Amino acid sequence: MKKSRRSFLKVASIAAIGLGAAPAMNFAASNSHGAAKAVKDKNEEALTAHRWGMVIDTNKLTDEIAEAMTEACHSAHNVPDFNHEVDEEKYPNTRPVNMKQEIKWIWPEKFHYAFPYKEDEFLAEKFHHLPIPVLCNHCKEAPCTQACPTQATFKRKDGIVLMDYHRCIGCRFCMAACPFGARSFNYRDPRPFIAETDPDFPTRSKGVVEKCNLCAERLAKGERPHCEEASEGAIVVGDLEDPESDIRHLLAEHYTIRRKQSYGTEPSVYYIV
Amino acid sequence: MSKNMIISGLVIFVIAVLSPFWAQAVFGDKHVVPKPELVGKAATAKKCVLDKYDMRANHMSLLDEWRDSVVRDADRRYDAVNGHSFGMSLSTGEDSCLGCHEDKAKFCDSCHVYTSVNPYCWECHTNPKEIE
Ligand code: HEC
Ligand code: HEC
Ligand code: HEC
Repeated sequence: MKKSRRSFLKVASIAAIGLGAAPAMNFAASNSHGAAKAVKDKNEEALTAHRWGMVIDTNKLTDEIAEAMTEACHSAHNVPDFNHEVDEEKYPNTRPVNMKQEIKWIWPEKFHYAFPYKEDEFLAEKFHHLPIPVLCNHCKEAPCTQACPTQATFKRKDGIVLMDYHRCIGCRFCMAACPFGARSFNYRDPRPFIAETDPDFPTRSKGVVEKCNLCAERLAKGERPHCEEASEGAIVVGDLEDPESDIRHLLAEHYTIRRKQSYGTEPSVYYIV
Repeated sequence: MSKNMIISGLVIFVIAVLSPFWAQAVFGDKHVVPKPELVGKAATAKKCVLDKYDMRANHMSLLDEWRDSVVRDADRRYDAVNGHSFGMSLSTGEDSCLGCHEDKAKFCDSCHVYTSVNPYCWECHTNPKEIE
């Protein structure tokens, strides 16, 4: 059989149309009913808010309660305790600790450190001894989120200022930006200093910054934050933007102060004094 | 040069070039590709998150998607195409990766060691079985 140039071109062009047909048909088919897609959602029992906040009633605080809050938070989040004696067998040649490199999420502070601008000349006696719990303020205008070059620290839709440890490069700009010293840097592997690792939360690694997450992992399961549970009523966590919430009622009834208000970061942690 | 010399030279060359293929069979420690073992709940569960070959090829991207969803969007539940629902987590909860693939060493690690993959995830994430 002898092919002319003309008949070859005919066959070739029909074949070319055929080649294009399959993708075109697939495209049309996929558009008509759409492939099944996985759905990502919140747990049904999750607690949600427009803007999470906290009220701390300093009248209800004692040293024991303040310590219990720190203990509950730190043990559940695997925050290392540099006073913990290192297991030499598991972690040989661990270098001595430097207490300045301590990691803290929530801890009791002296009134005049927590509120440096509120230290009046004749401050009521009790404030000299009160253990004021301080933590990340989950500021409305959080300077740390603006300083972070990788958006590892960011503001979640529900107002929580959260760390995405997967993105943290350890530059510590956020620590410089935070006026409250609420952030700690992992200068070393924290694991040797964790007495009992809680399997419900990851540890951190050397080289990342960490801080309070307002128990995002508990709220997601419908549970209350650890510090609130350990506080014997001294801490109430709730929705600052819901006028009917417990926390807003407390704020309506009591005089409250916030830390370093003049900086304009709008902290979400209020203190009843 | 004689024809024989050239031929035998060529034969030696070909054998040398193919050495990686036959040396493994002759001198190699007869090792085989490890088969990841389905241990614990995974042994009785019928389905993974995606289908088997998709998991094999894409579990890293799935985990990447999961962590973004959990940390950044606060969504922790994953309703998979196959109708099952999972808690998006590496190791916390019954329906997380390690909650179902209960033996990390025999499952994840057997594959990763063979392929020289060393995920840094475990610097932070914990294997519940390793915590005494
Ligand atoms: C620096 C520490 C760190 C490293 C390294 C790390 N993660 Fe995470 N990851 C966390 C923390 C903290 C959370 C938040 C847990 C929560 O809120 O329940 C998290 C959450 C997650 C979650 C969702 C919740 C859960 O419990 O699993 C996934 C999935 C995840 N990470 C995957 C990974 C993968 C995959 C890697 C390695 C490629 C990795 N992570 C490395 C600290 C880390
Ligand atoms: C409810 C139990 C369950 C959960 C949760 C689960 N898997 Fe699986 N997985 C299975 C089963 C069962 C198979 C075998 C599927 C099959 O043979 O079709 C499997 C298969 C796999 C495979 C392929 C193994 C092979 O032989 O090639 C990989 C990889 C895998 N899973 C990783 C994961 C990762 C990563 C996660 C978490 C994101 C996860 N699985 C969560 C049950 C589970
Ligand atoms: C069938 C073999 C196989 C199994 C089983 C398997 N993996 Fe993998 N995994 C791989 C391979 C291969 C890679 C590397 C892929 C690449 O680099 O493109 C990988 C990569 C990863 C990565 C990304 C690592 C990085 O540094 O980017 C993570 C995270 C991971 N696997 C988690 C898991 C977890 C968790 C399990 C167990 C639940 C698991 N894998 C089980 C084969 C496997």
